[in-house]
Amino acid sequence: MAVVPEAGSVDGYVHAVESAGTLDGPGVRFVVFLSGCWLTCLYCHNPDCQNINNGRQVASTELLKEIADYKPYLQHTHGGVTISGGEPLVQPAFTEALLRGCKKMGLHTALDTSGFPGWRAPDSLLDVTDLVLLDIKAGLPELYERITGKALEPTLEFAQRLRARDMPIWVRFVLVPGLTDGEDNIHAVAQIAADLPNVERVEVLPFHNMGIHKWAEQGMTYTLSDTPTPTHEQTAHAVAIFREHGIATVYGGSEGTTAPL
Amino acid sequence: MTRQDTETAALAGDGQAWGQGNTAETSWAGFTPGPWQHEIDVRDFITRNVTPYTGDHSFLAGASKATKALWDHVLDLRRQEYEKGGVLDADTSVPSDLMSHDAGYIDPAIEIIVGLQTEKPLKRAIMPTGGVKMVVDGLKAYGYKIDPSIQEVFGRYRKSHNQGVFDGYTSEMRAVRKSGIITGLPDAYGRGRIIGDYRRVALYGVDYLIAERVAQKDVTDQARMIDEVIREREELSDQIRALKDLKGMAAKYGYDISGPARTAQEAVQWLYFGYLGAIKEQNGAAMSLGRTSTFLDIYFERDLKAHRLTEAQAQELFDQFVIKLRLVKFLRTPDYDALFSGDPTWVTESIGGMSADGRTLVTKSSFRFLHTLDTLGAAPEPNLTVLWSHALPQGFKDFCALTSIRTSSIQYENDDLMRGFWGDDYGIACCVSPMRIGKQMQFFGARANIAKCMLYALNGGRDELSGEQIGPALEPISSNVLDYEEVISHFLPMMDWLARTYVGALNVIHYMHDKYSYERLEMALHDKDVLRTLACGMAGLSVVADSLAAIKYAKVTAVRDENGLAQDFIIEGDPPRFGNNDERVDAIARWLTEAFMEKLKKIPAYRNAMHTQSILTITSNVVYGKKTGATPDGRKKGEPFAPGANPMSGRDLKGALASMSSVAKLDYRQAQDGISYTFSIVPGALGRTEHDRVANLTGLLDTYFGLNPHSNGAQHINVNVLEREALLDAMEHPENYPQLTIRVSGYAVNFVRLTREQQLDVVNRTFHGCCA
Repeated sequence: MAVVPEAGSVDGYVHAVESAGTLDGPGVRFVVFLSGCWLTCLYCHNPDCQNINNGRQVASTELLKEIADYKPYLQHTHGGVTISGGEPLVQPAFTEALLRGCKKMGLHTALDTSGFPGWRAPDSLLDVTDLVLLDIKAGLPELYERITGKALEPTLEFAQRLRARDMPIWVRFVLVPGLTDGEDNIHAVAQIAADLPNVERVEVLPFHNMGIHKWAEQGMTYTLSDTPTPTHEQTAHAVAIFREHGIATVYGGSEGTTAPL
Repeated sequence: MTRQDTETAALAGDGQAWGQGNTAETSWAGFTPGPWQHEIDVRDFITRNVTPYTGDHSFLAGASKATKALWDHVLDLRRQEYEKGGVLDADTSVPSDLMSHDAGYIDPAIEIIVGLQTEKPLKRAIMPTGGVKMVVDGLKAYGYKIDPSIQEVFGRYRKSHNQGVFDGYTSEMRAVRKSGIITGLPDAYGRGRIIGDYRRVALYGVDYLIAERVAQKDVTDQARMIDEVIREREELSDQIRALKDLKGMAAKYGYDISGPARTAQEAVQWLYFGYLGAIKEQNGAAMSLGRTSTFLDIYFERDLKAHRLTEAQAQELFDQFVIKLRLVKFLRTPDYDALFSGDPTWVTESIGGMSADGRTLVTKSSFRFLHTLDTLGAAPEPNLTVLWSHALPQGFKDFCALTSIRTSSIQYENDDLMRGFWGDDYGIACCVSPMRIGKQMQFFGARANIAKCMLYALNGGRDELSGEQIGPALEPISSNVLDYEEVISHFLPMMDWLARTYVGALNVIHYMHDKYSYERLEMALHDKDVLRTLACGMAGLSVVADSLAAIKYAKVTAVRDENGLAQDFIIEGDPPRFGNNDERVDAIARWLTEAFMEKLKKIPAYRNAMHTQSILTITSNVVYGKKTGATPDGRKKGEPFAPGANPMSGRDLKGALASMSSVAKLDYRQAQDGISYTFSIVPGALGRTEHDRVANLTGLLDTYFGLNPHSNGAQHINVNVLEREALLDAMEHPENYPQLTIRVSGYAVNFVRLTREQQLDVVNRTFHGCCA
């Protein structure tokens, strides 16, 4: 599969790639994890992705060539490409170049973002995005700030922008016992989702501690070492709350491990 | 008596009454006629009579009461066997053959398919014609002592295969065996990997098969008595005797199998008797079953249509057949177990695939056979092998994926690829070896350690561990920083030497096996003239590919000891690694496969066999690693190789598709005996819901086998869907996981029966799922 390179290749910082991701959008997907994130979530699974300098510098054309190799696989499984991170919108030009290149190949594209730097996504970027995976860390503004160190408002503004464009959204919400599992918080997230007619699906992701070793490797202090993974009942309860708000398609994690966000 | 018991009893019937008077007219009534009626042609029978099934699995029935009771009984016996250290009971005085033992039962009141290897379930038989030493050591290891008269007969009056081989071996062959550059050779036990066409017993009855052989023997009555003719006449005579004994064996169970089977129950029973005969006479490394489910389905369909059989009874027949296959055991030594761990028998059954005319060969019985993993629970045997095609019915694909996700007990092989080589009636022997059923057999050749061969090239033929001169004393490489071209120029002549020694040893082995431990029954269930392959093999593909890539794309410095032997290697730089879909190293892996194949082909093979090779290690990747010094890819001395064609553990960093793509790029034409790849993934990484997981797994299989733009299609994949934590827990608490099954390089094992080293090797393998 020959790729016609974009007129201008853009360099970006890539943490890793996953050629067969199944948890970040529909079907089997090529997932690009970019480095760099402005949030400092307490439960971050990939703290090594927070610093942009931890990534490997790659040209967008080079990465697109790699992706092109998997085109038949990705199309056959009704999958596509997801740009994740880190936070892809820390590197909007690179992200756009990747999304545009994938679109040109005829692949389905997804953007996995917290929405916080949503203002950095130009319309031209959203034009080549088929689906936004919107991670809403919390629905209560003060809790959002406690978890992420940043404000909730920009995420809501970004969601409104997507609504105005009628772009499909999958809302993702990490259920952390003792942190995000308060009824009022779940209701607040559910309300946000319910107010967006363009939300196609909500995924309640049970918290896990699998990224814990990466915190130590980064010389960072992890505060949730003693936090358990939610029980099936807890996850089911959160799912029920979302359903109360009239959202039909809600998935409560998976029986097995959940991949890092 | 419960209703179920009544049904069971009626099905089993009174064997003696059933078998008598089975004529072609009565037995074949209702089948579409064709050439198969006039000469042995099972494929033709299937093609004309198969009822392809394109629906889903909703028609399936659960296990009957009798099946459950029988299986509970077996589980109890297996628990006793495990507690006794691996062997429940063993015969110490009667060498096994078709007529050696009385009929044996688990519980005759509820068994509808009968027949055991000895007179008791799980009592192991001895087969000293392969090698009396294996028998003595095997018995000793489990606390038994061989009857001295057996040892005397086979030590003094009757030569065994093993003795013959060592008469033929050269000192060089003994040396390569000892150093471990060639390991696992079938020189002390049965070679196996021969699949009798057991379906012929059911379709034609044994008298027909005997008559055919007698006629074939008569053809050479007037011929000039040259070696080939004499050998053929002797083999045909042995085959005729074996067929007669097979009837005798069945008679002990009250069945007359002279004529063809008339019902579904008889078809399963007749076919199983054929297989049972084979495993009573040979303790081959792999004793595979063939491709039976779609053949049997024709009998099931006929009985179902005539209301002689219900779906519940149909499942019961398969369940009970599979219970028998799960009981197959051989007496092996602890050495053997270190190499091929978990007490495998490779009762491989090939299921599905497509017909040459474009129809699917998937039938309801394909489902029923796989469904035994649910009715009886997961198990390593029989080794269930799905022949995957892009064109398989979606309902079947989904059912396979669902069963894989729940049991990790299925392997998949590429029917679209192999059909082009072997037609549409081939089956898999052992793990990955395809052969036309009844028309082709192989000379099993284990494998050569290609990584060690590379080290011999660096060290001028001296063994890196012992320092002994094993290979030819070619000029060693003296520079410390390794140069790619220089390494290759030393590697090629070393490969020449290895190929010559290896094929030579295999020729000796198979000459002697034919002479002293001929598979008379299995060959009676083949065409008279068969295609023979000499199935060589290679271990260490990814070690060598990564080593050569490191030498080519990074700087590798050899660290030598006082004798000048390279003991360690320092890598500077970031070389490409096999398993990341990086063409720079994938091309080296392809080159290596082709280069070694070319070398093998140059050495003439016994009985004009066609040379093939496999890239398969089974569990021997651990032992091979132990016997191999440090390698230039950064692997330390003694560390395991990757199994089969797998990338080295932890080096495939780009997820499953990248890993699969590297493997798919290997050229099947250069490894026609199979290319094994084991894929492990945590369930959560296949998708959020069971529905997603099924869709994603079928999509991955379709693409792995068919859609790689750089390959003709991959050949094989084992699929494990497991949590690593479950394996760790099973290591600590084996008693809680009696049926935990995992797939390793071409077969499945009970995880708790692996050695601890092998368990660790499995746990340390790349588990796809934790991305980034």
